[in-house]
Amino acid sequence: MAEFKEISPNAPALAKVSNWFENRFPTAFDAYRVHMAEYYAPKNFNFWYVFGSLSLLVLVIQIVTGIFLVMHYKPDAALAFGSIEYIMRDVPWGWLIRYMHSTGASAFFIVVYLHMFRGLLYGSYRKPRELVWVFGCAIFLCLMAEAFMGYLLPWGQMSYWGAQVIVNLFSAIPFVGPDLALLIRGDYVVGDATLNRFFSFHVIAVPLVLLGLVVAHLLALHDVGSNNPDGVEIKGPDAPRDAAGHPLDGVPFHPYYTVHDIFAVSVFLFVFSAVIFFAPEMGGYFLEYNNFIPADPLKTPLHIAPVWYFTPFYSMLRAITSEMMFALIACVLAGAGFGVFKSRLPVVFKAAITVIAVVVVAMMLQIDAKFWGVVVMGGAVVILFFLPWLDHSPVKSIRYRPHWHKYLYGVFVVVFITLAYLGVQPPSKLGERISQLGTLFYFGFFLLMPWWSRLGQCKPVPARVTFVAH
Amino acid sequence: MRKIFVSLLAVCFVALGITTTAFANSEGIAWDKAPGKVTDLASLRNGAKVFVNYCLNCHSASYMRFNRLKDIGLTDQQIKDNLLFTTDKVGETMKASFDPRQAKEWFGGTPPDLSVIARSRSAEGKGTGADYLYTYLRTFYVDDSKATGWNNLAFPNIAMPHALWELQGKRAAIFESREEHGVEVHVFKGWEQLTPGSMSPAEYDQTVADLVNYLQWMAEPAQNTRVHLGYAVLAFLLVLIFCAWRLNAAYWRDVK
Repeated sequence: MAEFKEISPNAPALAKVSNWFENRFPTAFDAYRVHMAEYYAPKNFNFWYVFGSLSLLVLVIQIVTGIFLVMHYKPDAALAFGSIEYIMRDVPWGWLIRYMHSTGASAFFIVVYLHMFRGLLYGSYRKPRELVWVFGCAIFLCLMAEAFMGYLLPWGQMSYWGAQVIVNLFSAIPFVGPDLALLIRGDYVVGDATLNRFFSFHVIAVPLVLLGLVVAHLLALHDVGSNNPDGVEIKGPDAPRDAAGHPLDGVPFHPYYTVHDIFAVSVFLFVFSAVIFFAPEMGGYFLEYNNFIPADPLKTPLHIAPVWYFTPFYSMLRAITSEMMFALIACVLAGAGFGVFKSRLPVVFKAAITVIAVVVVAMMLQIDAKFWGVVVMGGAVVILFFLPWLDHSPVKSIRYRPHWHKYLYGVFVVVFITLAYLGVQPPSKLGERISQLGTLFYFGFFLLMPWWSRLGQCKPVPARVTFVAH
Repeated sequence: MRKIFVSLLAVCFVALGITTTAFANSEGIAWDKAPGKVTDLASLRNGAKVFVNYCLNCHSASYMRFNRLKDIGLTDQQIKDNLLFTTDKVGETMKASFDPRQAKEWFGGTPPDLSVIARSRSAEGKGTGADYLYTYLRTFYVDDSKATGWNNLAFPNIAMPHALWELQGKRAAIFESREEHGVEVHVFKGWEQLTPGSMSPAEYDQTVADLVNYLQWMAEPAQNTRVHLGYAVLAFLLVLIFCAWRLNAAYWRDVK
């Protein structure tokens, strides 16, 4: 047991109350000190550093509005669509809660994409923050599952057919595919059983995992300390510290970053509310028009598009045609050829590379392109997990990297947005070609990173963070 | 850095603009702009009357309660006296007066529920759901090759007959045959009024505009409240932003 602290009977009432609790629940007080009042964060955070707290805010919004939606929502194929309209019309303030939840889903992806891009720009995933990044990627994966299953719940045409298309993808996996798809659906087509299990996953299973991962993400971050736009370690062994041992380039998270984040939150809420109150459908991107038609298993919509936040990955899936397989085979052969003829690996490794390449190419020729599309789509997310070990640049932050790196990241953003756009559009010959190039660029960006990140002359990294007093 | 991003994004959007034009929706004619305003209560009340008298016979609006019409300025008594044909309780939802199974027999399909029809019919590049409905309800024409004797320009080969034909009168559509890229196509040229309706064309357009306005409102009855509240919320948030900005500045003044 911790030491029991006595307090003067003349102390102010608030101090007495605080002391009473601290004697009985010191863990909470320690946590407050470790994570808030005495957590030193670099003082040079910029605009890009608000999206972490904003993600947490949106997570809370989603959980709280979700709790209220579940009070009136009916996870039943015959009642689901009507129960949403009931919430929109007859439940007091139901429309507001529902719009907060539907807009929140899109907002979540916006802030998370920006948060991830920040990590990419400033090398926030580099040693010793690899696990922070890996937990973050796991959160992103959970978020995709959460959004996908949540989208089935309104039971509109897009809910239904979107789920149908995505679940059918699993059936492309050799041997186990059809059974796996059956297991996910719980039926031979998407139906009541699917709706019920997706509901269960959406409101219980995935949020629990998500919350656990968020805690791990934050604890790991606070153990190693935050990175910053300069990529300078403010708590490193040589970093300057004051007499009390606090880093000179850091400020306590509370109050400095709490007030900072309150400002960011108020600006975010302004934009968020503008959408909720004036454009909740967001031109068909946040709430798709077709989803106002109840699910009809007998009527396939002409054009099935996932919600915008999945479309970059959906584009990559569509890009993998049987034609594209030849390009991918060429890439595998080129990679293997490089490993065998150009690298200085032991002969055993070279033999292994040759065998693996032959097997992979044989599989690529044998198995349907649809399956490889699924592999590419999944791979596009999974590859993010490996980023900390792909980046070999001598410096963390884009600020001190060779100038052309900025253009490369710029092209990466353009490619990602273009893929997202093409995923919304109906298939076309030109769109297919562009998305194939985009897919190759996306994977090239990551897979060739060990090579290109080492090229060029880096600028000298300063010993201390660059900070101009406000 | 910022400049690079801005210029790259600009390139991106121009490229996207070029590809978009390739994907225009080709089903039916181009849509007219619906003139209605969901804040115009007189128009909404007239639309509600037309809706109950003409649409509700075959179509339901099963998520819409009659007493929600109080939001557009009607009283319970007015609703009871003028609009209740299929039920006697104002708290009931709007159900069609006939059996959906019969409808399937007559038209080959169940008439869709109209509660959220205006929200579901928007199409990118063509217009809003209201634009579609406004065009659709004004482009019926006599076509003897169809089972119902009616066809429509905005929804070719529709199974629904012209419900408002008494108001608009019977019209024929004049098509011109023309060869385009080696294929014979029929291009719409104009209308021929066969029998006069009880309304002039201008009156008819106004009635349809009111009806569409009502459908638009009914798709989301909370929308006027939503917009009103929106201004108040944004005004509050502007004050909050200002306070948070000053608070932030006050704390950070000490950080050197």
